[in-house]
Amino acid sequence: MHPAFSIVIFTTLSGLGYGLAAVLGLGLLDPAATATKIAHLLALALIATGLLSSTLHLGNPQRAWRALSQWRSSWLSREGVMALITFVPLAWSAWASLFDGRYLALPGLVGTLLCAVTVYCTAMIYASLRSVQAWHTPLTPLCYLMFSAAGGLVLASFFGFAGAGSTVLAPALAATFTAAAWIAKLFWRHRMRTLRPISTPETATGLGRIGRVRLFERPHINENYLTSEMGFKIARKHAAKLSAIAFLLGGAVPVLLLLVLPLAGVGAGPSASLIALLAACCHAAGVLMERWLFFAEARHSVTNYYGG
Amino acid sequence: MTLLPAQPTPKKLGLVIDLDVCVGCHACVVSCKEWNTGGYGSALSDQDPYGADVSGAWLNRVHTFEVIPEGGEIVGEAGEARIVHFPKSCLHCEDAPCVTVCPTGASYKRAEDGIVLVDENMCIGCGLCAWACPYGAREMDLAAGVMKKCTLCIDRIYNETIEEVDRVPSCVRTCPANARHYGDLADPTSAVSILVAERGGMDLMPEQGTLPVNKYLPPRPRKPLADSAHSLPLAENTDGAKGFFGWLDGVLERI
Repeated sequence: MHPAFSIVIFTTLSGLGYGLAAVLGLGLLDPAATATKIAHLLALALIATGLLSSTLHLGNPQRAWRALSQWRSSWLSREGVMALITFVPLAWSAWASLFDGRYLALPGLVGTLLCAVTVYCTAMIYASLRSVQAWHTPLTPLCYLMFSAAGGLVLASFFGFAGAGSTVLAPALAATFTAAAWIAKLFWRHRMRTLRPISTPETATGLGRIGRVRLFERPHINENYLTSEMGFKIARKHAAKLSAIAFLLGGAVPVLLLLVLPLAGVGAGPSASLIALLAACCHAAGVLMERWLFFAEARHSVTNYYGG
Repeated sequence: MTLLPAQPTPKKLGLVIDLDVCVGCHACVVSCKEWNTGGYGSALSDQDPYGADVSGAWLNRVHTFEVIPEGGEIVGEAGEARIVHFPKSCLHCEDAPCVTVCPTGASYKRAEDGIVLVDENMCIGCGLCAWACPYGAREMDLAAGVMKKCTLCIDRIYNETIEEVDRVPSCVRTCPANARHYGDLADPTSAVSILVAERGGMDLMPEQGTLPVNKYLPPRPRKPLADSAHSLPLAENTDGAKGFFGWLDGVLERI
C-alpha cells in the first residue's frame, strides 16, 4: 500500500496526542505544574495536527464534514465522530489544569476512555479491510493502542522530569508499555511475514482449476491509480533494515533511557528532562518509521491482477 | 446511506463474462471510457493525456493471463500453456465492502436492483472504498477528486429515449465477440442465469466473502494441438476423390 505522507503523519501524531491525553486523564502529573499545562496543550495540538493532516489527502476536503454521518457502518466515520466527541473532556481537563491548576477525575477518566476508543477506531479502519491481509487481524488495533499508550507515557515522563512530578511511575510505565508495544509489533510482523495469502492469481482469475496463473500483459503499459495506490513495493532488504532501525530507535533506546533515569535515582531537573526528551524524540521517530512500514509492506489483493 | 440493503435484492443486475470467447481486443474498455466520460457524473479524466506518462481513470480494464497446467510447458502454441484475456470491472457484490467503509454515504448499493454506485456530490475522495475493494474495481478521478466506478451504465439500461437494443451496458453492446452478457442474475430463468448454470459460471476471489453478482464463464477445456493433427486435410492426399475431382485427379496423375 502507498504510504501516503499525510496518513503516516496523522496516525503517528494523533496516536501520540491521544496517548498523552489519556495519561493526563489518569492524573499522574501535578495539574498545577507549568509542565502539565504545556502537556495538555501539546496533546491537543498533536491531535489537531494529526486530524488536519488526515484531510490533506482528500480529493474534496471541503466536504469532510460529511464523513461524520455513516458511523453505523464505517470505521472511518466512527473515528471522525469519536475524535470530535473526545475533544470535549480533553478540553475540559485542559481548562481545569490551565486556569484552575486542578485535576478533575470525571472528564479525566472519561477522556482517557474516549482516547482509547478513538485510537481503536483509527486502527479498525485498517484492520477491517479483508483485502489487505496483513492488516486484517486483532493484532493491528492492539499495536495501535499499545504504541499510543507507550508514546503518551514516554511524553508524560518527559513532562514529569520537567517539573510535573511522577519521575518514577511514569518512566517505569513508559518503559513497560514501550517494550510491550514492540513485542506486540513483533508478533504482528511475524504473522505478516509468514501468512499464506488467502487470495492468489488463481483465485483472483478463477483459472486455478486449469493451472498456474501468471500475468502475461497488463491492461495498460503505464502505472495507474491502482498500481500506484495499492501496488507500492518496498525492497525486502530495506524493509528489514528499516524495521530493525525502528525497533532500536522507537523501542530499545527509550526503554533503556527511561529505565536508567529512575534506577540512577535522578529526579526532576534539566539534564533528566533532556534525556527524557531524547527518549521521546527517538520513540516518535521509531513509531513514524513503524507506521511507514505498516503501509509500505502491506500487500493488497488487487496486486494479484498486476503480477504480484 | 452505506448500510447494505436487505439481501438478496429482488433484482441482481450484472454481467456474465465469457473467458472462452474474449479475444482481448479492448473494445469494451474504450467504449466504456467513451460512454462514461460523457454520462453519469463528472468526466473520466486523464492525466498527461498526450504525454509519455499518460494515465487516467478507467472503469473496465482487460488483463491477459497465461495459464500453465500442472506439468505443462511454456512454448507458446506448441506447449500446453494458454492465454486467457480477462476483462475486469465492478462485480456489484452483494456484500460490498466498498459500500460499508464509506464515511459519507456517497457509496451505496441500490435496494431495487443491487447496482453499486457513488454519489459524486457526496464523495470526499478519501479513497478508502478503493482500498476495501479486493478487485481494484474503483479508481480515483484525479481531476474531480471523487471515486469512479462501473455504474452498469445505469444511464443506458433504464434509458427509454434510446432504442431498446441499446439498453444494455456499453461494454456489452460493443463487444464484437459476444463475450459479455447483461441481465438479472436473481432470476433463474434469465438468459444470463442459464448461461451461468450451463457453463459453470464462477465467482472471483470467493474467499473475500464479497458475494460478487458478476460471474465469469471459465474457458472450455482445450485439446492439445497435436491431438488435432491427424484430422487436418493433407494436401498430398487425394484418396476418395469422386466425380469431377476424381476425374481431374486421374488426368493430372497421368500427365
